[in-house]
Amino acid sequence: MTDYNELTPYKDAINQCVRCGACQAHCPVYDQARQEGAVARGKLALAKALLEESVTIDSRLEEDVSLCLMCGSCVVKCPNKVPTDKIVGAMRREISNRKGLSLTGKTVAALTGHPPLLKALVKTADVLSPVLFKKVPQTSGLRLRFPVSGHAQRTLPAVASKNLFTELPEFIQGRPDKPVVGLFAGCAITYIYPKIGVAMASLLNHLGYSVFTPRTQGCCGIPARSTGDTKLIEQLNRTNLEAFKAHEVAYIVTGCASCHSGIGETDPNSTEEQADFAGKVREIHQFLYQEGLADILAALPTTKERTRITYHDPCHLKTKGIINEPRALLQSLPNTHYEEMENSDLCCGLGGSFSAHHYAYSKAIGQRKVAGIKASEAELLATACPGCMLQLQDSINHAMLNVQTIHILELISKALALDQKWK
Amino acid sequence: MITEQVHTALQNVVGKNNVYTETADLITHSYDATQKEYLPDAVIYATTTREVSDVVKLANQHGVPIIPRGAGSGFTGGTLPIQGGIVLVLTKMNRILAIDEDNLTATVEPGVVTASLQKEVEKLGLFYPPDPASKEFCTLGGNVAECAGGPRCVKYGVTKDYILGLEVVTPTGDIIHTGGATIKNVVGYDLTRLFVGSEGTLGIITKIIIRLLPKPAAKKTMLIQFASIEGAAQAVSTVIRGKIIPTTLEFLDATTLACIRHNSALDIPEECRALLIIEVDGDADILERQAATIIQLVSELDVLHTEIAETEEQSEAIWSVRRSVSPNMRKINPDKFNEDIVVPRSKVPDMIRALEKLSAKYNVPIVNFGHAGDGNIHVNVMVDLKEPGMPETVQRVLQEIFQTTVDMEGSISGEHGIGTAKAAYLPMEIDSATRKYMQTIKKALDPLNILNPGKIFLESTI
Repeated sequence: MTDYNELTPYKDAINQCVRCGACQAHCPVYDQARQEGAVARGKLALAKALLEESVTIDSRLEEDVSLCLMCGSCVVKCPNKVPTDKIVGAMRREISNRKGLSLTGKTVAALTGHPPLLKALVKTADVLSPVLFKKVPQTSGLRLRFPVSGHAQRTLPAVASKNLFTELPEFIQGRPDKPVVGLFAGCAITYIYPKIGVAMASLLNHLGYSVFTPRTQGCCGIPARSTGDTKLIEQLNRTNLEAFKAHEVAYIVTGCASCHSGIGETDPNSTEEQADFAGKVREIHQFLYQEGLADILAALPTTKERTRITYHDPCHLKTKGIINEPRALLQSLPNTHYEEMENSDLCCGLGGSFSAHHYAYSKAIGQRKVAGIKASEAELLATACPGCMLQLQDSINHAMLNVQTIHILELISKALALDQKWK
Repeated sequence: MITEQVHTALQNVVGKNNVYTETADLITHSYDATQKEYLPDAVIYATTTREVSDVVKLANQHGVPIIPRGAGSGFTGGTLPIQGGIVLVLTKMNRILAIDEDNLTATVEPGVVTASLQKEVEKLGLFYPPDPASKEFCTLGGNVAECAGGPRCVKYGVTKDYILGLEVVTPTGDIIHTGGATIKNVVGYDLTRLFVGSEGTLGIITKIIIRLLPKPAAKKTMLIQFASIEGAAQAVSTVIRGKIIPTTLEFLDATTLACIRHNSALDIPEECRALLIIEVDGDADILERQAATIIQLVSELDVLHTEIAETEEQSEAIWSVRRSVSPNMRKINPDKFNEDIVVPRSKVPDMIRALEKLSAKYNVPIVNFGHAGDGNIHVNVMVDLKEPGMPETVQRVLQEIFQTTVDMEGSISGEHGIGTAKAAYLPMEIDSATRKYMQTIKKALDPLNILNPGKIFLESTI
């Protein structure tokens, strides 16, 4: 009897799949692969077979289980709401618990489990090119390649010279009548897009909140969940729990859609403390919208010259029903013209470690966005997830479009002309 | 088990990487929407007609069953490898080869998803009407093989009404062509009709020539609540007698309403015992008048409340009521027996009453909804199979439902097909001589019985 202790808690959920096949219509990977092993129904059949011991973990099963972005699109459309993203996570943990981590998994673990290493790498990336990042000058500016995963074609943005923690004080005092809000930055905002983190802190502080950005916070755990690294997931959980203990925080706010899932979700093995932590997690756009920021923006004097913008739905927000709030904020901006694009809710194709394993699929999925972006004639493609920004910019670059991806928070912060009071 | 020799031969035909025989592969191709499971011996993803033909020829040489498969979303077991063999998947043959705006036709490969074709032709102002509930993921090859229907069939007919011609790989591996690109064509037997609805037993469809219509300019959706099922049923006849054929004429009975009442986008009061969703389409200026006529025609028939959608959002809210049925049904009981009987339109109220009686007699919930406009009722017997004696009870209930249906000059399947799920009931509807005629055709075309064996007919009558 094989003890699948990661997968077993999902037994009832797995049995909820009625094999209708509706997931085929919503899976970005199936859309490319057109193969049953790629879609939720196939994976759930395999999960069931594992628990019934009619199949063992072999390379074919691993291949099928690797073909998932964990985007959750199938979960939302499933008539029985079977949490296939979570079940795939559990299957990947079973695989790595038994067979060790894949090469990508090891890279992810080395980077995300070790903030000083990530920090050092990023800090030196501009000068010490050959180690991990390579500087490639191109016409549109500086882009970086990511040679570890063997995808010479991928374009990546330049990393920031200063990370978020050097830009932001650990505690910013707000109004006495307002509580302390924890700021969870996540790796991409900390090291690649610190200005999004700065914008987030300024906005929260502008609304009166004290902002606590603990230096000891780590990765949200999404890449580790994607590779199935049980130990790392637990380690990061503990790190983040501890990090936010120094202040009594009312909420923990994040500007990264993936991080919002990474730290805001629980699983059947979660402790009460973890559930409590997850319960405090808020998505920044939803938070700002509820704080009435759309009205504040709408009251600003409008400009005559307006930049044309459109919006991409990150899967991690779309599947949680956070669809209208980011749009409402964008549509309230005084200096932009909002244009809804076709297929705005299609996945960008990044999917944690998926892109490293399956760059060809990832790129093909990303290319499905291009027609909509082009037809919208937008100059700026706004979204609410730095992961999506990376991937979308890569798709845009390959399609040779003159479009820049941007985070909504940057647009808002610019429109409000916020000063950084702590400086 | 297929032998090493067959395995190698298959690899030679479709390429090494396109023959799948690992346990995981067999598991992921062992089921369809019936939730039954049978492991195949091998899985092949075909990409050309030639490959399909070569695989079928090989299967003939070695006596291995072949089971064609599209999205695997069928409700009657059409793609289940009940005798093992090779599951031949056609989802990668998914190109729309042509859309001809002059002749209003489209030519597609069998793996094209129904809604994808609809989306493409609608961009050109054209229209492919059949709309099975699974249209977002089912394939056109499967639609042709099962002769799929859908809500719009009241006005527009079913899949067979839109198929002009086919390319088919026969059970012995020949590639044949039926029909053609023209509406009129009386040359030779009408083999196209023979293949539509043949459930993968007579040939593997590899190309489809489809008839298209101009897309209706607009549509209008209405929801009418009734205090009785009689009122709703009479409303259906009255509208049809009033010489209006709506695009869709869906009904939900009292048991269905009880499932969704607390979870509905619209208010459905307790006294509402039946509900009709009616949609008309055509030129915008006649729709207002048609909608008004319909409301006026039915006004005397136990109507509690009517709603005409003025905006796309309101129409969406009405349809969300219909769509909420399936997800909410499982709250009653975990196991669903989903039948798609069809009776003459005028017999719908009699059938509903008979179903209510059966439900009371056997003490099992039966939820009924569906396409009142064409008499196609989705009968859902909701049970918990873990209860002692329940599997036997269900069989008795189904037997009685089908007998009642046939007694009312109806049919035991309107759009799902027979497959394995209803094979036992086929003799209730089709007499021995007719069955023999059908099986003579099957035997002549597939002498070794290798193409989707064990489907439609439970046993050989010849």
